[in-house]
Amino acid sequence: MIEEYRGVWVFIEQNDGEIEGVSLELLGAGRKLADKLEVTLSGVLLGHDVKALCPEIIAYGADEVYVVDHPIMKDYRTESYMKGIMLLAEKYKPEIFLYGATPNGKDLASAVATDLSTGLTADTTMLDVDLEKRLLEASRPAFGGNIMATILCKKHRPQMATVRPKVMKALDRDTSRTGKIIEEEIDLKEENMRTKVLKVVKDVTKVASLADAHVVVAGGKGLGDIHGFQLIHELADTIGASVGGTRDVVEAGWLPHELQVGQTGETITPKIYFAIGISGAIQHVVGMKNSEFIIAINKDPNAPIFDVATYGIVGDAMEIVPKLIEQFKKLRKEKGGEVSYV
Amino acid sequence: MHIVVCVKQVPDTKIIKINPKTNTLDRRSAPAILNPYDAHAVQEAVKIRKMVGEGTISVLSMGPPQATAVIKKSIEIGADKGYLISDRAFAGADTLATSYALSKALERIAKEEPVDLVICGLHAIDGDTGQVGPGIARRMDIPPVTNVIEVTELNEKEKTILLKRKLANGYQLIQADYPCLMTVGKEINEIEYSPMPNMIKAARYEPIIWSVNDLENVNRPQLGLKGSPTIVGKMFTPPKPEGGKRLEGNSDEQVNQLMEVLQDKKELFLTAR
Repeated sequence: MIEEYRGVWVFIEQNDGEIEGVSLELLGAGRKLADKLEVTLSGVLLGHDVKALCPEIIAYGADEVYVVDHPIMKDYRTESYMKGIMLLAEKYKPEIFLYGATPNGKDLASAVATDLSTGLTADTTMLDVDLEKRLLEASRPAFGGNIMATILCKKHRPQMATVRPKVMKALDRDTSRTGKIIEEEIDLKEENMRTKVLKVVKDVTKVASLADAHVVVAGGKGLGDIHGFQLIHELADTIGASVGGTRDVVEAGWLPHELQVGQTGETITPKIYFAIGISGAIQHVVGMKNSEFIIAINKDPNAPIFDVATYGIVGDAMEIVPKLIEQFKKLRKEKGGEVSYV
Repeated sequence: MHIVVCVKQVPDTKIIKINPKTNTLDRRSAPAILNPYDAHAVQEAVKIRKMVGEGTISVLSMGPPQATAVIKKSIEIGADKGYLISDRAFAGADTLATSYALSKALERIAKEEPVDLVICGLHAIDGDTGQVGPGIARRMDIPPVTNVIEVTELNEKEKTILLKRKLANGYQLIQADYPCLMTVGKEINEIEYSPMPNMIKAARYEPIIWSVNDLENVNRPQLGLKGSPTIVGKMFTPPKPEGGKRLEGNSDEQVNQLMEVLQDKKELFLTAR
């Protein structure tokens, strides 16, 4: 029975005709899995007036694109999108189906997994296949511990996973690639929908500031209390960086949740990441380890954060950070003007 | 208006320690608490009841007998009654089997009083999946709305509810027919101090405990470990990166070295204008 299921699928999330970055990353990751399994890689695109995106999806690695283009799919909503996905998945039977671990991707995958009675692994950060058994190996940090767990779904298909944004790498865009576009009709009526999206309000300012920052100054429990954490804000202000923090810091109320870096917060890849008073639990590290240049300051010489740091300083943040701030201010004065980043 | 809130008992991840030898959690080190997101879910039910004027709030949990503690905690926040489904048959469930068991319990609760709204926390802090809420909604065939940050309006005549659903870069304003299910984040409300009568009620309250035999039309192979399509294949410590250079010396020397490094890394870093 499960032999009927073949092929790797990626849900292509689009908002207002723009493909989410994570979907392109998943085409890159999915390409590797499909090549290993010697099957096709397909993008699955739902929306209204979105057909123009198909060549893009192929340029980023897909062999084929399944499209359901219908006015009812204009804005994301679980009800209509899951019906579109169910239609395709039941008809074409993929063996692996990946979604970005975004609010919409997680929502959709959870609903679809229930209706397909199949397994779904949340917030995956590593993907591989066991070629012999054709099993997807979806790994994620195990709860709280400094350890990864590989989740398998042996007897059900498709094997589904949501994957953290900014963990996988997209392929280079190659417009010479060719592929097949398969359009599918769906019979859904707006008046039968039990949910309506009345309006979509964009607020790009908040999350973007952390996700797109070139330099991030992040603090952890090691700063002692909310007053100690002020040093993080001060350093960030001085060098024009964004502030981030660990889960502990957010749980303690020192920072709003939007500024949490890690498995349950943002995954970021700034050019420079200051990890101050952060021990480096895996839950945090998965959210920042791909930063280009990591500077760690921590009292504990054995803190795991030093394993991912480009430069480590063993010492008291309370002593070091004020001196660092002072140096930056001096530098700014000497050179006359703002500190900036190339 | 009958609101059912699904709650879970979880170890307090803020306090839990990691065993340095095994790299796994030392569960004895952490007290069990009501999942923080679920506390906000109960609080939101209390708010909605206030908004419409009257209603019953029931809480539902699945877990070992000691999980009654999170039901009592929910009573403190303002729930009226609580149900715990507890049985070896439920043990080892992944999110698919969990949503199945909870939906069967919801079926029985709905027999006593029809359910208008189901509220769940966005995710539990021990599993971090957020998959059970939407799963329950699918099994009950009611619309799920995840990531709700505001309940804007509830129209009892039309049986519709107006919700703000958080997106990565903003929000959607959604009108849903109810019964429906929503999952809520922490932004949705502030947990209020429990009034004294609630505390007294909670202390004396005896939650209703159901075993698998108390639920109807249950297909046993869909429960627990047997009903779970996913399994943990292996646990491993991720390959350890070798780590970078340590900057030695006293704090002044360390800071000076760091400033040099940063100014050297021109392609990455600082140039003053």
